[in-house]
Amino acid sequence: MSIDIDTARRVAKLARIRVEEDALPALAEEFNAVLGFIEQLSEVDVEGVEPMTSVTPQRLKRRVDEVTDGNMQASILKNAPDAREGFFAVPKVVE
Amino acid sequence: MSDLNKLTLSEARDGLRKGDFTSVEVTETCLSAIAASGALNAFVHNTPEIAMEQAKAADARIASGEAPAMCGLPIGIKDLFATKGVDTQAGSRILEGFKPEYESTITTKLFDAGAVMLGKLNMDEFAMGSSNETSVYGNAVNPWRRGNEDTQLTPGGSSGGSAAAVAADLCLAATGTDTGGSIRQPAAFTGIVGIKPTYGRCSRWGVVAFASSLDQAGPMTKTTRDAAIMLEAMCGHDAKDSTSADLAVPNFEAMLTGDIKGKKIGIPKEYRMEGMPEEISKLWDDGADMLRAAGAEVVEISLPHTKYALPAYYVIAPAEASSNLARYDGVRYGHRAKLAAGDGIDDMYEKTRAEGFGHEVQRRVMVGTYVLSAGFYDAYYNRARKVRTLIKKDFEDVFAAGIDAILTPATPSAAFGLGEMSDSDPIQMYLNDVFTVTVNLAGLPGVSVPAGLSAKGLPLGLQLIGRPWEEGDLLNIAHSLETAAGFVSKPEKWW
Repeated sequence: MSIDIDTARRVAKLARIRVEEDALPALAEEFNAVLGFIEQLSEVDVEGVEPMTSVTPQRLKRRVDEVTDGNMQASILKNAPDAREGFFAVPKVVE
Repeated sequence: MSDLNKLTLSEARDGLRKGDFTSVEVTETCLSAIAASGALNAFVHNTPEIAMEQAKAADARIASGEAPAMCGLPIGIKDLFATKGVDTQAGSRILEGFKPEYESTITTKLFDAGAVMLGKLNMDEFAMGSSNETSVYGNAVNPWRRGNEDTQLTPGGSSGGSAAAVAADLCLAATGTDTGGSIRQPAAFTGIVGIKPTYGRCSRWGVVAFASSLDQAGPMTKTTRDAAIMLEAMCGHDAKDSTSADLAVPNFEAMLTGDIKGKKIGIPKEYRMEGMPEEISKLWDDGADMLRAAGAEVVEISLPHTKYALPAYYVIAPAEASSNLARYDGVRYGHRAKLAAGDGIDDMYEKTRAEGFGHEVQRRVMVGTYVLSAGFYDAYYNRARKVRTLIKKDFEDVFAAGIDAILTPATPSAAFGLGEMSDSDPIQMYLNDVFTVTVNLAGLPGVSVPAGLSAKGLPLGLQLIGRPWEEGDLLNIAHSLETAAGFVSKPEKWW
């Protein structure tokens, strides 16, 4: 499997990272180095093996479905690059 | 009393309890050492006011006779831990200016136990790296040098600042985190002890996430005894981390009996890699001899899927990172790119992430995005998770056969020069974690112990891997190895 420039462009878009056109060939090459390395996994016989979901055998704890925390609007907005009138502000998303 | 910063945690604890000196005195000595350590670039956000306030409170607690384990002991905190009101950037530009409104569970526990925070420590960006060269703060520098050469060496990574700070006696100990070797490799490169506990021992709440199924925090200390003391203060169940284990935390220090008679130590033949430097191979053999002389039985074992650990890691870790790092979107915290007129929300995301993430982080996020994308999920991500199951089974099989711990080298070489790896492809850097990454994939505890010096006079470490939840037994074996190896060298001060 080899990654071409179109695939690199598509992956960058999916990851929401702006990559300029002239940087795409080098990026594709780096992807190919990493993918070439992980390609070794295809040698392993994984027939009948379950993919790991939890490294320690444990059942997730359950708790009562109730509100345990809250009322901290100021704290939550404190680190926002742009907060106005109690909201996070972002560029217009609907016309 | 000018050398109080050189004390171990246990020496300082005992001296404080006896009244030989105060926490304020130890803390002031560390703060002076930090102020004179700019060349190491280990501490990146200093918190002297907090430190002095905590030291005074600790002295009061000690005077009242109520002094928990870490009371009055000054430590450094890796920049990955959220510390309330104190810069927490995970070594990244994208979190520039971020001051959490909350405290991580681990730092809360340490502070409750009386620990004193001197400041935040340098690290690879989002803990992605093995040399501390991906940090937005610039390189942390190893206090060790090759003989009389003045080449600057890496302290390792990602917990490079923590390792450099402890080795240079800027603090008595530090917190680290380990996703593929980020505690154990820097500990080995700087001649200190670092333990990654069993997955689930330490709460991940408030620790900036890299790869959630692999990340674990742990202590980086001058001795195994210190590792036992500090680990106990960091461990324990936390309802805020659903993967945190609800198990009692033993008194690890009390388990350092020095008696390892009859323990069965495995030497995995697959770790004897082609091209392994003679001095690493000899260190490993010497370590096995030391454990044998202490009464342990040393046997060869096989972990057949070892070769596939790094490739599996470089699917799983980037996949989880691409998901975890999706939260850095320029909306809720951290950096937001300046937008041009007419830019929409996608432009904001894309520009913010291109500016905020460094090159290695961008590459890993994109590799993760690729291996999770439609059409490749089964071929890469699911296959890697199956291989992970097999890697864990390798360890389960040897433990079921009676092995108590496994001895391996900690790293394939001594510390290398900063910039020496910059021309090689990323895989060369990834190979640093070849002996440590299996442990994260299997969720096991692993400890790096300084065991000797290279021909050039640099520290070399051995790794011991233990059974799940048996950190106490593991530290006891590590303690025996430490005693037998008698590593006492310190870097000569040049900074």
